[in-house]
Amino acid sequence: MDREWFRMTAHELADAFRNGDTTAEAVAEEHLARIEKIDPQVQAYVDVWQESALDAARDADARIRAGTATPLTGVPMSLKDLLCSTEGTTTCCSHILDGYRSPYDATVVERLREAGAVVLGKVNMDEFAMGSSTENSARQTTRNPWNLKCVPGGSSGGSAASVAADEAVYSLGSDTGGSIRQPASCCGCVGMKPTYGRVSRYGLVAFASSLDQIGPFTKDVRDCALVLNAICGHDKRDTTSANLAVPDFTQALTGDVSGLRIGLPKEYYTDALGGDVRDRVETAIDILKDRGATPVEVSLPHTEYAVAVYYIICTAEASANLARFDGVRYGQRAANVKDVRELYHQTKSAGFGLEVQRRIMLGTYVLSSGYYDAYYLKAQKARSLIAQDFTKAFEHCDVIVTPTTPTPAFRIGEKIDDPLQMYLSDLFTISTNLAALPAISVPCGLTTEQLPAGLQVIGRPFDETAVLRTAYAYEQHRGFDWGRPPLG
Amino acid sequence: MNYEAVIGMEVHVELNTRSKVFCGCSTNFHAPPNTNVCPVCLGMPGTLPVLNRQAVEFSVAVGLALDCSISRWSKMDRKNYFYPDLAKNYQISQYDLPLSFDGAINIIVGGETKRIGITRAHLEEDTARNTHTLGGGDSGVDFNRSGVPLLEIVSEPDIRSGAEAYAYLTALKQILQYLGVSDCNMEEGSLRAEANISIRPVGQEAFGVKTEVKNVASFSGTQKAIEYEIARQRQILENGGAITQETRGWDADRGITVSQRSKESAHDYRYFPEPDLAPIVVDTAWEEQIRAGLPELPQVRRARFEEAFGLSPYDAGVLTASREMADYFEAVVEAKAPPKQAANWIMGDVQALLTYRELDIADCPLAPVELAAMIGLIENGTISGKIAKDILPELMDTGKSAQDLIEEKGLVQISDADELVTVAREVIAANPGPAADYRAGKAKALGFLVGQLMKATKGKANPKLANEILARELGSSED
Amino acid sequence: MAQITLDDVDYVAGLAQLTLDEATKERLVGELGSILAYMDKLNALDTTGVEPMMHALDMTNVYREDEVIESLDREAALMNAPKTDGAYFLVPRILEGD
Ligand SMILES: [Mg+2]
Ligand SMILES: [Zn+2]
Repeated sequence: MDREWFRMTAHELADAFRNGDTTAEAVAEEHLARIEKIDPQVQAYVDVWQESALDAARDADARIRAGTATPLTGVPMSLKDLLCSTEGTTTCCSHILDGYRSPYDATVVERLREAGAVVLGKVNMDEFAMGSSTENSARQTTRNPWNLKCVPGGSSGGSAASVAADEAVYSLGSDTGGSIRQPASCCGCVGMKPTYGRVSRYGLVAFASSLDQIGPFTKDVRDCALVLNAICGHDKRDTTSANLAVPDFTQALTGDVSGLRIGLPKEYYTDALGGDVRDRVETAIDILKDRGATPVEVSLPHTEYAVAVYYIICTAEASANLARFDGVRYGQRAANVKDVRELYHQTKSAGFGLEVQRRIMLGTYVLSSGYYDAYYLKAQKARSLIAQDFTKAFEHCDVIVTPTTPTPAFRIGEKIDDPLQMYLSDLFTISTNLAALPAISVPCGLTTEQLPAGLQVIGRPFDETAVLRTAYAYEQHRGFDWGRPPLG
Repeated sequence: MNYEAVIGMEVHVELNTRSKVFCGCSTNFHAPPNTNVCPVCLGMPGTLPVLNRQAVEFSVAVGLALDCSISRWSKMDRKNYFYPDLAKNYQISQYDLPLSFDGAINIIVGGETKRIGITRAHLEEDTARNTHTLGGGDSGVDFNRSGVPLLEIVSEPDIRSGAEAYAYLTALKQILQYLGVSDCNMEEGSLRAEANISIRPVGQEAFGVKTEVKNVASFSGTQKAIEYEIARQRQILENGGAITQETRGWDADRGITVSQRSKESAHDYRYFPEPDLAPIVVDTAWEEQIRAGLPELPQVRRARFEEAFGLSPYDAGVLTASREMADYFEAVVEAKAPPKQAANWIMGDVQALLTYRELDIADCPLAPVELAAMIGLIENGTISGKIAKDILPELMDTGKSAQDLIEEKGLVQISDADELVTVAREVIAANPGPAADYRAGKAKALGFLVGQLMKATKGKANPKLANEILARELGSSED
Repeated sequence: MAQITLDDVDYVAGLAQLTLDEATKERLVGELGSILAYMDKLNALDTTGVEPMMHALDMTNVYREDEVIESLDREAALMNAPKTDGAYFLVPRILEGD
């Protein structure tokens, strides 16, 4: 029997391409067949680019033959549906953008194309990235490949599920309050949010501009480093992109953590932390300790305010960012509107889903006359305190290690009617967005319900290297057979 | 009761950068609709603004020219409201920290100088343009103007009359044009003025209820609209009525302001700091660098013209009305023309010819050195002023030098006394009546005879010499 | 603080240009109320003298030079327009005071 190339990582495929064991075209075909077979169960993809994927694969084969391939040349991947691409549609899984075709490619898409990536298509997400379960998509409900009754997490649930179900070697998603790390944790793959400013946001449809960051979903930490190498770096089209040199992230993959101080914030390891997840994380910390790392207790005293701060800032920014979807220049316009007021009201009310409308309302409220100081300004000040917590903690440690989520993936429908509970599930991830720090989620075993748990490693600003180094060392030494999701 | 008007002006000026304020599209919004647009200025999903350095520097230059303080640290903010001409349904503007604040302009009204305070000047983006003349039930939106940099200049409520408002706008426009940061064309909308007008009993400190007059196409229209609005408000108050706070438009044809319906809800723009743009820090070094690049401003130049060239305040005012005019004048003087004569020629015949040809002084085909040369020929008696007037149009159109032109046309002035004595005797002989009158003491009669002499010489006689010779001849033949 | 009323919901929906049915409004009174009540925990936090964190990164003076770059083809600009005559984006006739 042929090897199942779709199970391979990007670095394994690169070796196979170089050795002539297979071709990019064959691997792309295999992935497309896999999608056709598996995706009716998983429902990760919202748009599959059959033809352009095969074209890109053939181009990649030419590059491989010519010896000009990069480590990602010919490797099939998927894009979250809020990354603008001239190919296919870009809808943010919202009805308001049904059929929308971007006139330009996002910077990350351009960079992937230059690297020779094979883009298989667009994957599902919570509408405009607002959610933690991908249930808020206007398209479909994506399933967790480990348990089809559970959510894949969100908002980049389609990205996580496509990688976990071997329907893509890697994926790009976006993380505003945990939207990469939380679904990566839920689906058992590696997901990383780089430092704010590390990856250009140009072409990422904005949810909350001061928090959004693009990052990869991969099958292992080495692939994560490879994808970061391809997408990071300054972009003059994004004022908030950092004008800093980008290191070769694969240099972090030494497996050595001796002398590394790993901070354990006491505010995260409370009694409220579920037994199973706590168990997996403590085991992971022991492994890092065995490899020479030193655990240090640190304190992030303003953690309890993070969810409140986050939901004020992200909804305020979103209320402005989403105002442009009005049916004038693009997107779906309500039919038979007789004046401009109706045009706006009916287009927005019919085009946006419930959660999006709820957040627009909340964000509008906290900015409105008389409430700005009490909510928005207060939240910005509290955000400073949260960021300062991390600065102080990093005086005592090199990375901070926590669970990615307090509990594994929940059941579909379980939290959909309780927005506040849904918001609270982002507890461990949002502080890093508020503080603009890099953080990864790396799988750390299955819970007793056979659902993945994730270990989160947070670094200092622009110190992705320390994050990758820790995650890689753990991955190399975790010593359990990870297994595969129980899919056909 | 005696009322006084309290007027504050808000002026939006388009800065003439090459590219828009947040994207690389050309600022030429007269191009065919929606051709100078890109994903950024169309507010397409995923796009981000990047601030144009030149727009910031122009804004700071205006702030300095208006005697403002410059914010060391300022930022851009989002101003949220919905309108089809607004690509993102928020305008990137500045809220609590404008680039410049606390300045002033001196205006002259009725010979009196008055200081009008400038509250602030902030940078923002212009909106698209809506067209309602396409036919059918639709309006069209053209985004060419979307994202053109706009400077909003807000005055203190220091203005008391339509005439002061007119003087304020004129002075402001003059400064902006001197800086070269805007073409200030009101018809094309690159300068837009709004007046906030209220009246109050003289002596009362509290402001009355104000109305806002918008969309006036000229400075004189603004003056008239303000005068109308003051009278209207006075009449309402005198009749025991109350002013409604509202926006009013100027109907130039009927010469009245018209209510444009007060907005149903109060504005709640939900300003917050623009997260996509970094703060603007203008340190002293940058500020000084911009200050060093400022041209001599109109007031300073006017004073210098009076002082250095001995011009009247009126002439100095006319000649410094635009930077191009002042530059032209100085170039003529530089080329050795006496200032007073240069001023007269420029303000008189040159300006008249330019007006007839619909040309701006900046595009004057007559080079300053040529004008100076022509004035020199009058001064040294080569040609008369009359000849100069006659040849000026040709001088302007052909580009020939005055010297070549007069030689070519045989227009060199007759300054040969012998030749003129002969003609003078002929003129006296041919006009015995006036000659007798002059001898009888009617000095005026000499003028007639000089005219006849000029006629006989086709205007080429040196007038001063002609006068002298005629007087002498009339006197001598009496002997 | 978080005494959100039906009037507040109406007012905010007006600012956001959303039309909500009565049931949705009622639901939002409850949902927004409880979310805002949760956020009110911030009242307990002393932020005296704390600078607001307006931007995620500590950067200032990031500019582009004043250079014109090629614009989009009009066809591409209008490609997604719900209604166009090939030159303009069309919207229902705008009246003064809209
Ligand atoms: Mg304005
Ligand atoms: Zn543009």
